[in-house]
Amino acid sequence: MRRLEWQRAEVKKIAVETYRVKSLLLQVADWQGHLPGQHVDIRLTAEDGYQAQRSYSIASPPEDELLTLTVERVENGEVSLYLVDDLRPGDQFELRGPIGGHFVWTTATRRPLCLIAGGSGIVPLMSMLRHRDRRNRLVRALLLYSSRSLEDVIYREELDQMASRDPGLHVVNTLTRVQPAGWKGFRRRVDKEMLAEVCFPPDRNPAIFVCGSTTFVETVSQNLVGLGYEPLTIKTERFGPSGG
Amino acid sequence: MDEPPISRGFRSRRQQQAPKNRLPPGQYVTTDFPVLSAGPTSHTRLEDWTFSIQLGGSLIGKWNWVDFETLPQTTIKTDIHCVTKWSKLDTTWQGVTFDDLLKAVGLAEPPEPYIMAHCDGAYTTNIPVKDLVDGKGMIATRYEGSPIPPVHGGPARLLVPNLYFWKSAKWVRRLRFMEEDEPGFWESLGYHIYGDPWKEQRYNGD
Repeated sequence: MRRLEWQRAEVKKIAVETYRVKSLLLQVADWQGHLPGQHVDIRLTAEDGYQAQRSYSIASPPEDELLTLTVERVENGEVSLYLVDDLRPGDQFELRGPIGGHFVWTTATRRPLCLIAGGSGIVPLMSMLRHRDRRNRLVRALLLYSSRSLEDVIYREELDQMASRDPGLHVVNTLTRVQPAGWKGFRRRVDKEMLAEVCFPPDRNPAIFVCGSTTFVETVSQNLVGLGYEPLTIKTERFGPSGG
Repeated sequence: MDEPPISRGFRSRRQQQAPKNRLPPGQYVTTDFPVLSAGPTSHTRLEDWTFSIQLGGSLIGKWNWVDFETLPQTTIKTDIHCVTKWSKLDTTWQGVTFDDLLKAVGLAEPPEPYIMAHCDGAYTTNIPVKDLVDGKGMIATRYEGSPIPPVHGGPARLLVPNLYFWKSAKWVRRLRFMEEDEPGFWESLGYHIYGDPWKEQRYNGD
């Protein structure tokens, strides 16, 4: 079996997504390609030789030339604070991947696509949506995306644009803490009633991906099972509280 | 690859540094207990729970919850290491060791050298028997003195602390002996067939 070797990634561009989230656009010399939903390990080396490794989801679709990681600033997060606050274009670090073969979606899947994200849990789902947008919009897709406020919505403009040119994509936002004046969307945490209202019904047998904090994923996936979705069709990725 | 690039300004922020001999390469210590599962948490009622051991085509041992609780109990205090990089030190588990399960079904020796663990939610993982015998592995039913919560694998999970924690399968229901090693769920999806944290065997070919 061929080992996933550590490779050198160079930061080509940094995009500010929200006040606490940035995207790192990376050039990786020997990138072998990935499937939407996969992640990478990165390894940082300090001047004194100290090293730290963390996993980050890939936000870019396989079609893009640069590999994009989207990183949320976690208070006291050893690696994320450096990536969000200190990293500059031209900097390099080590990376290996792609990793994970379960939480993945490709356009080969014909079932409707049901994506449910909490906060930065949108990242691997965005790779799927971008892939679908570039390649094949035949499969109907829903994104139910829970954020604290409008300012916390990652990829907001891109999602709006994607949805506006694509009648097969339905993007539903819920803002759980603060809503702007005139907000017409949901204003509560994702619950059973919301899932029943917006998701493809169980008899359409959607491919379901849920990503977010542990609590978010637990609540959503249990509610989906309660609504009659087959547990084996629900793929989950939990971003633990000790991330960072 | 040659010398790793230095990240200027990057430094350790770890307040709690584990002794070197307790922390495998690439890991960091956490005090909380992160949850990682490939699907929804299984909630099996104790009255519906069974656990069995399979050899060839037959079940050579099968217990319901009440009977399983009468088997000899052992407590293991150990460090656990997740492939996603966190390690948790000094966790305490109680349950039935693999050795005692073998005794309970009347086996003096393990009949075959590998195990496939089968779990609720269709999860599987493969483990060499040598990492389970001599008190090294157990079916755990208590964590820190209390029943294991479903998100952490209750009512019963496998505990194989020698290996990365994905091998300590949640919601375990059946151990199947195998003559030859075969990949389980994550092992078929790019993760290492064995998973020794001290050799940093995270992924295929490591």
